[in-house]
Amino acid sequence: MTLLYVIILIPFLYATLIPLFYKYFPRIHTGWFVLPIPIMLFVYLFKQIPLVAKESPFIHSVSWIPSLGINYTTHVDGLSLLFGLIITGIGALVTLYSTYYLAKEREALNNFYVYLLLFMGAMLGAVFSDNILVLYMFWELTSISSFLLIAFWYQRKGSRYGAQKALLITVFGGFSMFTGFLILASITDTFSISQIILQTDKITAHPLFIPSMILILLGAFTKSAQFPFHIWLPDAMEAPTPVSAYLHSATMVKAGIYLIARFTPIFGGNIAWFWLVSGIGLVTLFWGSLSAVKQTDLKAMLAFSTVSQLGMIVSLLGLGSVALYYGPGEVALLYLTAILAAVFHLINHSTFKGCLFMVVGIIDHETGTRDIRRLGGLMSIMPVTFTLAVIGSFSMAGLPPFNGFLSKEMFFTALLNVYQLDVFHMETWGILLPIVAWTASIFTFIYCMIFVFKTFTGKHNPHKLEKKTHEAPWGMLFPPLVLAFLVILFFFFPNVLAHYLLIPAVSSVLPGFLETGSIEPIKAWHGWTPELFMTMGIVILGSFLYVFFPKWSKIYGRLPRWLALNYVYDQLLITIERISKRITGKYMTGFLRDYLLYIFIFFIMVLSGTMLILNSFAFNPTANSPINVYELILAIALVATALLVLLAKKRLVAFIGLGVMGYLVAMFFVIFRAPDLALTQLVVETVTTALFLLCFYFLPELKKEDERVGFQRTKMAVSLGVGIMVAIMALSAQGNRIFKPISWFYENAYELAGAKNIVNAILVDFRGFDTMLEILVFCIGGIGVYTLIKLRLTGRNRDETK
Amino acid sequence: MKPNDVILQTVTKVAVFIILAFAIHLFIAGHHNPGGGFVGGLMVTSALTLLLLAFDVKTLQEGIPVNFEVLAAIGVLLAVCTGFSSVIFGQPFLNQTIIHIHLPVFGEVELAKAVIFDTGVALAVLGTALSIINTISEDLSKWKH
Repeated sequence: MTLLYVIILIPFLYATLIPLFYKYFPRIHTGWFVLPIPIMLFVYLFKQIPLVAKESPFIHSVSWIPSLGINYTTHVDGLSLLFGLIITGIGALVTLYSTYYLAKEREALNNFYVYLLLFMGAMLGAVFSDNILVLYMFWELTSISSFLLIAFWYQRKGSRYGAQKALLITVFGGFSMFTGFLILASITDTFSISQIILQTDKITAHPLFIPSMILILLGAFTKSAQFPFHIWLPDAMEAPTPVSAYLHSATMVKAGIYLIARFTPIFGGNIAWFWLVSGIGLVTLFWGSLSAVKQTDLKAMLAFSTVSQLGMIVSLLGLGSVALYYGPGEVALLYLTAILAAVFHLINHSTFKGCLFMVVGIIDHETGTRDIRRLGGLMSIMPVTFTLAVIGSFSMAGLPPFNGFLSKEMFFTALLNVYQLDVFHMETWGILLPIVAWTASIFTFIYCMIFVFKTFTGKHNPHKLEKKTHEAPWGMLFPPLVLAFLVILFFFFPNVLAHYLLIPAVSSVLPGFLETGSIEPIKAWHGWTPELFMTMGIVILGSFLYVFFPKWSKIYGRLPRWLALNYVYDQLLITIERISKRITGKYMTGFLRDYLLYIFIFFIMVLSGTMLILNSFAFNPTANSPINVYELILAIALVATALLVLLAKKRLVAFIGLGVMGYLVAMFFVIFRAPDLALTQLVVETVTTALFLLCFYFLPELKKEDERVGFQRTKMAVSLGVGIMVAIMALSAQGNRIFKPISWFYENAYELAGAKNIVNAILVDFRGFDTMLEILVFCIGGIGVYTLIKLRLTGRNRDETK
Repeated sequence: MKPNDVILQTVTKVAVFIILAFAIHLFIAGHHNPGGGFVGGLMVTSALTLLLLAFDVKTLQEGIPVNFEVLAAIGVLLAVCTGFSSVIFGQPFLNQTIIHIHLPVFGEVELAKAVIFDTGVALAVLGTALSIINTISEDLSKWKH
């Protein structure tokens, strides 16, 4: 398992090879080259199951930036392993599916698979890392790769809109989550999640407990598309269907759920957490299923259904957090069912929703449309697809013999358990929870029926379709077949799954709770219980409403406009753009002289302010060494050339004057015995002068600028200010010693870095990070110049998007 | 009128090699004596800039068919990768190691990982500086025509 941290990096490393495969093997679909990676990772993780199920979780750590406490720590327990298996397993199926879905002749496959692998690595990194800063980094990387994948067909306006929306909302959440992490880190003084969990008492007592909880929840809710942030998910459906199946139903949107589960030991047992998580979850469940019914696009319907199912899992985690209120014991075990149901439904949802998305992809691919008003009667033409659709959606509706039935029943059990609570104001509001959930489940049933019967039964209308319809190729049917098989398998053998995956996952959400007793095995039949009656009620009422759907569907048109969250989002975006444009327009004048003024005024203000506050004006000429004749001559020459630069009539003279100044400064370095600096300065001067001479051609003649007196005075004041500031700084630097002098490096540079040249030892070893980032910045600057010149747009104000 | 650069061109042909040799010396000497990747890279840049000024962009590209943008990228990659290579061995990022080996002819030879990092620095500096100069001068020749 020590190899795990390498495993996470494999997708990233492999992604760099994809463009080569794409370029040199154009006849083979690039997807085939990608496929081994998720399969290999899946097999590797699969082999870890018995270990994790038996033993305690294991942690492996590599120091990355030890001075900042940032370690690349991988943490494998039941929860992360479960996510890892979903990521790699569904990843493998989706890759296979995409090789048939995306035509190699038309699509930019190299981009697609690079993004996909990027996502896979980022997602694995997010669920396996124990360090919250590393977790945050991978978290944002999933947002970015999702953005890239949604905008894969960037020629479409809808794709760009959806990608931007997804990015804005999830990154907003990511930022607030990051703030929450920093609060937690400042309370506990560690970045490791497992260490933070140990200090739960300290966090609970802290005044910033609630703010940090809300901030972290914001991150989870935006990522997992919870109400009212769910609006990005339907627009994200502009992505190719394999991406929707993978990112936007099976994995990325579950990252928020992972986060909630991971932080349950810290925040759970608190009333605010309970109501926020389960309340928002239930609202999302209800709103999502209500909105799904009115959709006519199959993919949009699945998007809203994903929103609602995610809400259900989130609410289950909220309900289960009650266990922490009671602490380990008999009572807590009652509420553990909720957590078990949450992780169980997490897997179930990945299987049946992945299957359904692939079914929609097949329909779209074979008929050319996803609109249920144009589809119908596909049952006899696509029998296999029809079977898959029935399995997937009946499981989603909560019918036997599919796994959705089991988790739905467990959901009701959890609700009924929590309903009888007498803490957290449940006695007054508790009755709402089962009612909302039950109503939402009726709507879930309705849209599942719409999905199957509106598409596959009724009259086939070939004239409304763009293509002649036939069954999909086997390569495309195989991945959803695997998932459908799992849907049925999990129904018949839920306890095998529970033993190896679910129970370890539950015990990592609620550590130490399972030692006090065991959870009851999952059963399909447990007598004439209220849960069963609830399901029967759903089926009867749902069927009734489905039959009379055309009669009552008009109520959807009655919703007021401001209630549409998309309208709010659009207005907000327009307003923000307008305000920021106004502010930016105020100071971005387009004149270089204005920008220089800002920079210099800021420079003077910051430096003089710092010196005033720290009271660090110190002139102590006694410690200075005497000035010898060479230095005097050099100084006079320097002043003279400076005056020459200022008073030069021609630009060429000014350039040469600047070069001379540089050489004179280099002479100073020589006198003060700094050969490295002198060498560098000399070469830099030479190269810059050459560069200046090249640019010289483009510059206009130097002329007396006829300007307002006021502006001239400002320029004068600022330049005098900068000059005086630098002089004061240089003089005071001698009298202040804030940091340890770096000369002590000199003494042990050879032992530490094996270098006798201390300057070089500092550059490549002691401050190697600085150097690395410097050359990076230098390189970026070079790219900037290159793009400015090479990609110069022909006309002004040309809009690239058109 | 065509400018007469005979003297400049003749001197350049000889001087460039001297500068390049000095640049390599600076680069290698860097560990114990004044020099290093940054100066070394800049020195090569100045040699090539001299070529560019004495002849023209086309001659330079024909003589040295290197894509400088790619070179800069390789340099940065090299520096970052050496940084990460220490992570794989369980040591902090950018930890530099050094070993001494004994070779038959050269005697005691020192192999420092810092040299690889320094090569990255040199290549990045060289590539970036020259790609800037190249781009501008290419644009210039286009402008003139």
